Amino acid sequence: MKVELRINGVARSAEVEPRKTLLDTLRENFLLNGAHAGCEHGVCGACTVLIDGEPVRSCLMFAVQADGYEITTIEGLAPVPGELSVIQDAFCETHGLQCGYCTPGMILAAHALLQRSVTPTREDIVEAISGNICRCTGYGQIIEAVQFAADRMRVANTPRANAPADKSEAEAK
Amino acid sequence: MNADPKTFRFVSTNRRVREDRRFVAGQGHFVADVALEGMLHVAVLPSPHPAARIVSIDATAALAMPGVHYVLTGEELAAATDPLMNGLDTPLVRRHPLAVGQVRYAGEWVVAVVADSRALAEDAAEKVYVSYELLPFVISAEDALKPDSPPVHPAHGSNVLLDRTFVWGEVEKHFAESPRQLSFRVTWGRSSTVPIETFGVAASWDPWREMLDVWASIQMPKYPDQIARSLRIPANGVRVHQDVDVGGSYGVKRGIKQTVLVAHLARRLGRPVRLIEDRLDNMGGGDAHGPDRIFDVEIAFNDDGIVKSMKMKALDNAGAYAGRAPFQLGKPIGAIVGPYQIQSVQYRAQSVTTNKAVQEAVRGFGQAPTNYAIETAIDKVAAALGLDRIEVRRRNFIHKEQFPYLIPSGSTYDSGDYHTVVDKVFSHIDFPAMERERDRLRASGLLAGIGIAACLEPSGANSAFEPLLNEKNTTTTWMDSCRIVIDGLGFVTVTIHNTSSGQGHETLVSTVVGEVLQIEPDLIRVIRPDSLACLPSNSPVGSRMAIMLGGAAFHAAQKLKTKLTRIGAHQLCLSEDKVVYAAGGVTASNGGNQLGWMELVNIAHRHYHLLPVGMEPGLESTHVMQVPTGGALPRDGRVQMYPCHSFEFHVVLMAIDPALGKPEIRRYVIGHDCGTVINPHIVRGMTLGGIAHGLGAALLEEFVYNDEGQLITQGFMDYLLPSSHEVPEVEIVHHCTPSPFTVFGQKGSGESGYLGAPAAISSAVNDCVRALGISFNKLPIRISAIGDAIADTQQHRQQEQTL
Repeated sequence: MKVELRINGVARSAEVEPRKTLLDTLRENFLLNGAHAGCEHGVCGACTVLIDGEPVRSCLMFAVQADGYEITTIEGLAPVPGELSVIQDAFCETHGLQCGYCTPGMILAAHALLQRSVTPTREDIVEAISGNICRCTGYGQIIEAVQFAADRMRVANTPRANAPADKSEAEAK
Repeated sequence: MNADPKTFRFVSTNRRVREDRRFVAGQGHFVADVALEGMLHVAVLPSPHPAARIVSIDATAALAMPGVHYVLTGEELAAATDPLMNGLDTPLVRRHPLAVGQVRYAGEWVVAVVADSRALAEDAAEKVYVSYELLPFVISAEDALKPDSPPVHPAHGSNVLLDRTFVWGEVEKHFAESPRQLSFRVTWGRSSTVPIETFGVAASWDPWREMLDVWASIQMPKYPDQIARSLRIPANGVRVHQDVDVGGSYGVKRGIKQTVLVAHLARRLGRPVRLIEDRLDNMGGGDAHGPDRIFDVEIAFNDDGIVKSMKMKALDNAGAYAGRAPFQLGKPIGAIVGPYQIQSVQYRAQSVTTNKAVQEAVRGFGQAPTNYAIETAIDKVAAALGLDRIEVRRRNFIHKEQFPYLIPSGSTYDSGDYHTVVDKVFSHIDFPAMERERDRLRASGLLAGIGIAACLEPSGANSAFEPLLNEKNTTTTWMDSCRIVIDGLGFVTVTIHNTSSGQGHETLVSTVVGEVLQIEPDLIRVIRPDSLACLPSNSPVGSRMAIMLGGAAFHAAQKLKTKLTRIGAHQLCLSEDKVVYAAGGVTASNGGNQLGWMELVNIAHRHYHLLPVGMEPGLESTHVMQVPTGGALPRDGRVQMYPCHSFEFHVVLMAIDPALGKPEIRRYVIGHDCGTVINPHIVRGMTLGGIAHGLGAALLEEFVYNDEGQLITQGFMDYLLPSSHEVPEVEIVHHCTPSPFTVFGQKGSGESGYLGAPAAISSAVNDCVRALGISFNKLPIRISAIGDAIADTQQHRQQEQTL
């Protein structure tokens, strides 16, 4: 069946089986290979994409269920080829990765957090990435990357979506 | 050669890791991203039984489905290929990619189905009907040792793959002389590295060029050779593409059976074929399991806590086939006394087959379990004497003046300063304050304790354990290589000859080559040719690449530097000792004439008439590096194993809420000495990641088989990987004792953290519960086990009070 998807701000359509996951559709139909299959049962988070700004397991969602939502993949974060977003650059600065397999999902989870708040506490960050398993780093340099990105975003004079006030997550709740 | 650390420009500086850019953009190139024209997809059908004879296979219904191309059985594959390599001399333990005649573990792959898509192949696999005749099976290693246990390989005659006793030094005399002895058993549960990317491989066969092309998520020494042998094709007909990013390995990703399977299908069908394991394939039958080991240890010591001798028996459950698993009992021989001056050791290494999945290499290659046993012994010695655990370690440590230090089993440790590392950690922590905090936690009603572990990370792998455990194997080199080309426009390209799985090898070689040639590392291109254009490499196993690839890059760059210097001296009409190479140019020592980089490059590439007589034109150099030290065959059960020995000292403050049984790490400090650090970001990441991995092995992770021989932890719901909630913030106290055996004084760090964290965390849990009279002697120590043990004790006490 035909699905109409908005991916990284562009309207795309594809003919897919109803049982095809969003993950497989992104990878096979749209050649967006940044989302990765890790466990394919919703635990590891390597397949994370943003649906209307919220991190979602694309292995647990059918493509047909994503019809009508705004989908953001890792390919949608870099402003132009060769240039990185603040969060992506922060991961490079602290070496918040090793093999790079969980990294796109991890960065999208961090991106969603920092869209809500650029003053997250360490606990906020731990919570935000706790659905994404990294086997290489032990998370230390990932948490530093998110803190570093938050610092830079706080001082940058750039408007952000969904940022009513820069509170910690706990305060926001 | 040992460079002077004071003059480093790039080595040890906080430069970014160049690989990171592509990964943060989602532009890694993993095997699942390889799409070949006309590619077909494989799904495998696993055995539901731990042991059974395959009576018949009916694939009629599957083959009738649209989009299904082929159903491959073990019989066909075994006829067309040779069995996979065994490490030991066990020729009758035959291993094929698909079961032949008999299945030997639940999860073993029986049939491979090929279809237009993976989904169709999975649908069709459900329509393949296999009938089995059940056979008796054995799951526990101790049962497998019994003479009447069901043999996993009847042709082999028993389940024993290896039973070898080594005696290094006067063990019996030392035991007889020692006033005190103790013995204990600890068990290392079957855990593994479990990368987030499963194993995958794609292959295509070109019959007109007689060439097999392979793309794989691989980290396997001599991978192309093994493919060629099994498929009975020349090794120069196997082209492995090394530019595939590997999504984590830490030891596994050995992939040989999957590759032979897929390569055969590609050849048989004349189409590219791909197998990407799903998580069930991977955990059940993907050769993803690690050591599974019972240690029986006896220690002889005196009233001061000085350990004189040790007897260790290690019984390892290899699973259904041999592979390289038994060698994981051999590698720890190179550091069998840990960082201690234990004078003699008896070591009995036993490996048995059982009806579990095959064991493969895991980070440390058996060293983490061995360190867990050694460190448990030291804790027990301290407890038996009522001495401080750290003091007992200090008393037994090798002193820095004693290096290079020959241990009883034949390896020489390169360097170390264990007492200083411990002192630095002690003052960093303010240890008395940590003890007060522990007491405060105890007073608040929690069970609190401190865990201690000190251990070594042998690094710079050779494979001396192969000839040690298999006399027919006479391997004495485990080389690695680097090639550097400076092109006619002066740009530098360096080649490395293996895949990487996050270790930052491109950063490593560009840093080293930049250091030697004194040019900006970021301008150096690093590429990975396919295996046919490669120099010899033994892959990043055994914590070896800083030493071996870094060493090869250093020596190749030195050769080029020498050549550039000779060209410059010749052009300046000076002898070589009258010129200086600096920042890519050559200058007369007296401060006179100089030649820049482009002038030297121009002469080498275009002006043969200006080159010294007999010099080859162009600028290219290669270096194939032998592992430092070693290189000899074993004698009398002794051999030089790895050249370098990093040291780590862990201190863990833990609290357990007795009502929950959940161990909470309140503080984690590691003192780490891996010699000269080439890239601080990378070493730090390895150490933090290793500790997280060790935490998993200590508290969470296990491949559990039930009494029916079924694997019951087949997914991430049951096999628990540490998340950001479980892993504590870790403080690293750095120390640098350079190795005398390496070019910059570097040692390995790829296994750091993991080699001591399980011991330290086990020590912490046991310190927490000691007051209750409980101890845990098996990893992982699950929350449920802790909670149950505490509840039992409390119930017991209440009953006693009631009576």
